[in-house]
Amino acid sequence: MRRSIPVAAVLGLALALTSCSSDTDASSDDTAAGGGTLTIWVDETRAAPVEAAAAQYEEATGNTVKLVQKNYDDIRPDFLAQVPTGEGPDITVGAHDWLGELTTNGVVAPIELGDAAAGFEPVAVDAFTFDGSVYALPYAIENIAIIRNTALADSTPATFDEMIAMGRAAGTQYPFLAQVGETGDGYTLYPFQTSFGAPVFAQNDDGSYTSELALGGDAGNDFAQWLADQGAAKVLDVSMTYDIAVQAFADGQSPYILGGPWMLDSFQDLDLAIDPIPSAGGEPAQPFTGVAGFYVSAQSKNQLLAADFLTNYMATKEAQVALYEAGDRTPALSAAADEVSSDPIAAGFRAASADAVPMPSIPEMGSVWSFWGVTEAGIISGATEPVAGWEKMSTDIQGAIDAS
Amino acid sequence: MSPDRPPTVPDAPVSEQKPRTADRVARLSHARDYSPGFFVKLALVALVDALGVYVVMVAWAQGSSAVAWIMVALLVLTNVVYFSKRALPMKYLLPGLAFLLIYQVFSVGYTGYIAFTNYGDGHNSTKEQAIEALLIQNEKRVEDSEAYPLAVVESDGTLGLAIIDDGEVLVGTEDTPLEVADDAVVTAGRITSIPGYDVLGINDVVNRQSAVAALRVAVSKDAGSGSIRTQDASSGYVYSSVLVYDEDLDQMTSTVTGTVYTPNDQGEFESSSGETLNVGWRVLVGFDNFRTAFGDSRYSEPFFKVLVWTFVFSIVSVVSTFFVGLFFAVALNDERLRGRRTMRALLILPYAFPAFMSFLLWKGMLNTNYGFINTVLLGGADINWLGDPWLAKLAVLGVQLWVGFPYMFLICTGALQSIPGDVVEAAKIDGAGALRIWRSMTMPLLLIAVAPLLISSFAFNFNNFNIIEMLTSGGPRFGDASVPVGHTDILITMVYAISGLDGGAAKNYGLASALSIVIFLIVATVSVISFRRTRSLEEIN
Repeated sequence: MRRSIPVAAVLGLALALTSCSSDTDASSDDTAAGGGTLTIWVDETRAAPVEAAAAQYEEATGNTVKLVQKNYDDIRPDFLAQVPTGEGPDITVGAHDWLGELTTNGVVAPIELGDAAAGFEPVAVDAFTFDGSVYALPYAIENIAIIRNTALADSTPATFDEMIAMGRAAGTQYPFLAQVGETGDGYTLYPFQTSFGAPVFAQNDDGSYTSELALGGDAGNDFAQWLADQGAAKVLDVSMTYDIAVQAFADGQSPYILGGPWMLDSFQDLDLAIDPIPSAGGEPAQPFTGVAGFYVSAQSKNQLLAADFLTNYMATKEAQVALYEAGDRTPALSAAADEVSSDPIAAGFRAASADAVPMPSIPEMGSVWSFWGVTEAGIISGATEPVAGWEKMSTDIQGAIDAS
Repeated sequence: MSPDRPPTVPDAPVSEQKPRTADRVARLSHARDYSPGFFVKLALVALVDALGVYVVMVAWAQGSSAVAWIMVALLVLTNVVYFSKRALPMKYLLPGLAFLLIYQVFSVGYTGYIAFTNYGDGHNSTKEQAIEALLIQNEKRVEDSEAYPLAVVESDGTLGLAIIDDGEVLVGTEDTPLEVADDAVVTAGRITSIPGYDVLGINDVVNRQSAVAALRVAVSKDAGSGSIRTQDASSGYVYSSVLVYDEDLDQMTSTVTGTVYTPNDQGEFESSSGETLNVGWRVLVGFDNFRTAFGDSRYSEPFFKVLVWTFVFSIVSVVSTFFVGLFFAVALNDERLRGRRTMRALLILPYAFPAFMSFLLWKGMLNTNYGFINTVLLGGADINWLGDPWLAKLAVLGVQLWVGFPYMFLICTGALQSIPGDVVEAAKIDGAGALRIWRSMTMPLLLIAVAPLLISSFAFNFNNFNIIEMLTSGGPRFGDASVPVGHTDILITMVYAISGLDGGAAKNYGLASALSIVIFLIVATVSVISFRRTRSLEEIN
């Protein structure tokens, strides 16, 4: 008898507390009379501007915005894992190439931009479009371009060979810098690949990607051969990692580096110009465009607030310019992009994006990365025979796509 | 304790003050005795209970009833054990058993469960959520449909939507399609009142936003003409559903093509022609993942190469670090050596430096054209340390030696110093030479102390993810494999790569779990066998 008392007490307490907790759950909906609560995941660079927009929103509507600052690399896996359990945020910041994975796993809801869609750069909206629906509010566009040290070269020629010749004439240690690394870098080398007419996936007429691989064939083999030639000439080098390339450019060892706005912080002492990427294979060199935006969770209980906040507070020129100032990426809203284009660096990246194509966000893209870069690195270092290696890579990627 | 005191604690202060009661208290159970100790115990158990009840509540709220019930059982058990006087041994065992259950049995069991599911990209959640996601994704805005100014209204507790179309106000609810509302008042483009309906303010809308977001008002009696919905309660668009779910038949129907999709046993909706919808759910798939790991030649061929290298890597790592550590330990154990302390401190340095950083640092130092090793130490040699299969393996073992030997040095130093000097002295008197003493006395005594540590070190290196991922990322790739696996990949990094956890492929937690189980079985078998064999060492003592 004595023993059963504490047991009964514990069970009773547990039940009482459980019922309390369900009461508080129910009442939290009622207390929303003063305003709902939106939970938003942001990374470090985006936190301040989003907070500014959130403050405006809180003042105007009486709703509360809870910002959760997360490491950018953790956002995607955490979002995928937490949304199905009902734990995730209402809104999260994210990149457009996550879209395939997020829709396949059913964790994002489409948002209706309505007439506001026309105010955005078309590529930004296209990038977030899947099967006819838009899945995020875009806020920034980023792409790589040639960053030029104006003290060492006065222009960037239109072809790769001419650029290398100018780079050599500058008399610096490297004519041109591009990161490769032991595991390769398909993203950075992509503009040269497209200049040979070998995009990763074939595109429909409306610019959306099909799941049909297009990087093989004669065009792909020509590119592979070109990679081998550049490797042999030491223009491209697998031991050139991101850190080494950025350091070498910052030290004035090359007039040109192929890179994106994320590098600019390291070059603050240099006088820079941003130029479009020269063509290596004759066709336009098309870098990938990455678009960043705000996704709404498919399990959000605050769909209305989320849509309201995004379309009415984050899609404004002020908010988008503030995001630009925090992260250096071209705003996705045309009006904001126009405003920041008075800065020659921003204008340069925008001009370089004229030929850019959205990075494929279809789920099949996930099967490409790990074969792609490594094959390129192998060809550049001479370990892989270019044409055979490139053809095997196409077969392996196709196999991985078929298997998944 | 000062040496002039006797080794046992003399008079405890309590017994000094109340000798008789103290004796009786010692024999009483804490369950019956309300001494300070009882209250300390009560407080501690209450704390545990509070945490446990919190876990139960959270688990219950999440719908994990299994976790909740297990937790309830554990709590009941805890309270019974600590308030009963008969369960004395359990009082000591329970914390250990509870942690064993939570951290070992549960995680292995859960990994085992995942290994039999198709959890991964496209099968991320439950069937309900997959259906919901499919319906959300396949509700499309009718092309070129206008944006209508909209208000949320209520009539007799039923929510409805009102829109302005060509200057006319139309209103409808979930059950009644849109119809013209006479005498509605529109001020400054906003609907302010409709006879028979309450126009909801923004706070009311926020309070009921789930219901508002889920509200669909048919445009007309013809179901095919679509329905009005809103995402921000101020503008509405006409949507039509491409997919319709029939709960009774459990099937999805496309309104565009008429195709019927029924659930298949892989957790997807599939049409009769084999076409599947893109969002699936998690289902049990039996031994499929194991079959893929061993039956699919894309995986099984690299698997055995990787398995062999994993054994080579972990055995060579343990043996090389052990002998280098032992060498320094023996050398620095010699009292004739000067500056032993300084040298010991220097040898510990690689151990004090975070291993994570060491790996990245070495990766930079081994860079072919810019690394310290090639440019400075080897005078500009062009040695492709991380790009050549054999050199990469050598580099991995070399870096592991650098990072690992200080640990062995530490444990060997400790073990050597614990070998009693008189035993060695006795052997010397018996005429044993230095080699003989080493072989028959020092080494076996040392091994008794360090053998279990060597086995655990083997198990650690078998899964030494960091060094491989940081230093080589498994590269260079196998030239002949069709999956992203390379010459220096060990099993755990191979699992990481082919299950897509590194972002290089579609995620497949099921396959990853199946392979983890295989690794677990290998490590467990090797460890059990080795521990059995170390017992024979102990007989020497």
